[in-house]
Amino acid sequence: MDLLNILIVDDEYGMRRGAERALRKMHLHLHDINGDVSFNIRTAADGREFDERMAEEQPDIVILDYKLPDTTGLDILDRLMKQPLDLLVIMITAYASLDTAVTATRRGAYDFLAKPFTPEELRGAVRKAARHLILQRQARRLAEEKRQVRFQFVSVLAHEMKAPISAIEGYLQMMRERAVGETLADYDHIVDRCLVRIEGMRKLISDLLDMTSIESGQRQRVIATVDLGEIARQAVENVKAEAARRGITIDLDLPEGAGIEADRAEIEMIFNNLVSNAVKYNRDGGRVGVRVQEVEDEIRLDVEDSGIGMTPEECQRLFRDFSRIKNDKTRHISGSGLGLSTLKKIVTLYDGDISVESRPDVGSTFSVVLRPGSANASR
Amino acid sequence: MKKKILIVDDDFDLLEQMTVILTTAGYEVVSVEGRAEAEEKLLEFKPDLAILDLMMEEKDSGFVLGHQIRRLYPDIPILLLTAVAGETGLSFSALYPEAQSWIKANRIMDKPVRPEQLRNEVHRLLQEAADAGGGHA
Repeated sequence: MDLLNILIVDDEYGMRRGAERALRKMHLHLHDINGDVSFNIRTAADGREFDERMAEEQPDIVILDYKLPDTTGLDILDRLMKQPLDLLVIMITAYASLDTAVTATRRGAYDFLAKPFTPEELRGAVRKAARHLILQRQARRLAEEKRQVRFQFVSVLAHEMKAPISAIEGYLQMMRERAVGETLADYDHIVDRCLVRIEGMRKLISDLLDMTSIESGQRQRVIATVDLGEIARQAVENVKAEAARRGITIDLDLPEGAGIEADRAEIEMIFNNLVSNAVKYNRDGGRVGVRVQEVEDEIRLDVEDSGIGMTPEECQRLFRDFSRIKNDKTRHISGSGLGLSTLKKIVTLYDGDISVESRPDVGSTFSVVLRPGSANASR
Repeated sequence: MKKKILIVDDDFDLLEQMTVILTTAGYEVVSVEGRAEAEEKLLEFKPDLAILDLMMEEKDSGFVLGHQIRRLYPDIPILLLTAVAGETGLSFSALYPEAQSWIKANRIMDKPVRPEQLRNEVHRLLQEAADAGGGHA
């Protein structure tokens, strides 16, 4: 419930009382933000009293008479507009003179009322101003929150990008000092670690680009029939060499002719990410199972691995930005902590879900459910 | 007897680098990757010096750990490493001039730390601690 302060500035007693009575019991319901507004009314008879009321508490809406005994409404309007005050002014013009109304609006008044006006006209003007004010404040609040989130994201990103640079820099300094020996072979381990960190950085950058393209809303989504079999086979093909090198077998279980109305690039990201994770976080000689099912209007994808697995606490953190599970088992695996959080954003575009079941040292199963009927509606 | 140094940093590579540099310089190094592990180690042995990374699991894990070390072993010097400088363009002590007193670190250094810088700082801190200890005895 929002409470807005209204200040009525008019030299006529009857006018002040009438306006106060018209507004005192007024309530407003804003459907678009599902919020209620009520009003607190104060009055001032001249410029001096106006100053006093302003000093007590700043109003949200000022209903300002054009003619006052010790000053003019326009002077007060000018003073109010000079400061960056978060309020709206409704100007009352004595005669139905378009000139004064135009002047007042040009100088910053939000609206005007021509005397004589009915209580309903007054309430209408206040309702309009209140609505404008509340929506404007809400929009500002959201923009501020967005800036904060963005700032935090960039801070963490900067930290994540500096970490591999520091690590590589440290190793280079050790090499310059000949810290671990005189022959090149003494530095094999150091060179390997530098390559792992560079690979991590590359992955961070490409995942960041994927994420930005999903989040920006700028990318042209093309919704068409996507052949899931083709995408699944390509995802497996991409990791085949790595899987073969480590003796990992990959089984594909696809219904004949499975398809989905979707944006191809988004579906590719889902399959590629989950299949490559299943290989990356697997043990040598392990297995990966990729299964697609069509259940009524839903598509369900399960990617199962026999890898390092996770604890329930680790599973909970998994889908957040930059969340990486750091331990002995993941040390040599490059990950940005952005892949799964991006998938989560993609599946929401299809009114879907992503979840994981996992046991440490046994393996994990990632499940994605997509409801493609809603693919167009969600943007 | 070799001086024992506890190093806590969540970046495996930085941990390994500091371990090699200080082991080569003649110290005995125990290295761990997080606060919880560090707390366990601290119950097993008393290091002569602790090197802590500020930002680990949480943004201030290094502070918290520093306080715990002070409570357990008031006399061991603490070297706190931060990556703040690079992100803000300011050095940590300039950013938080009042921090020096409540952080409970004997020295705060901005990352990255060069090998000779690390050796010098460790040597100086151990020397100071030895002098202070000698004075009491």
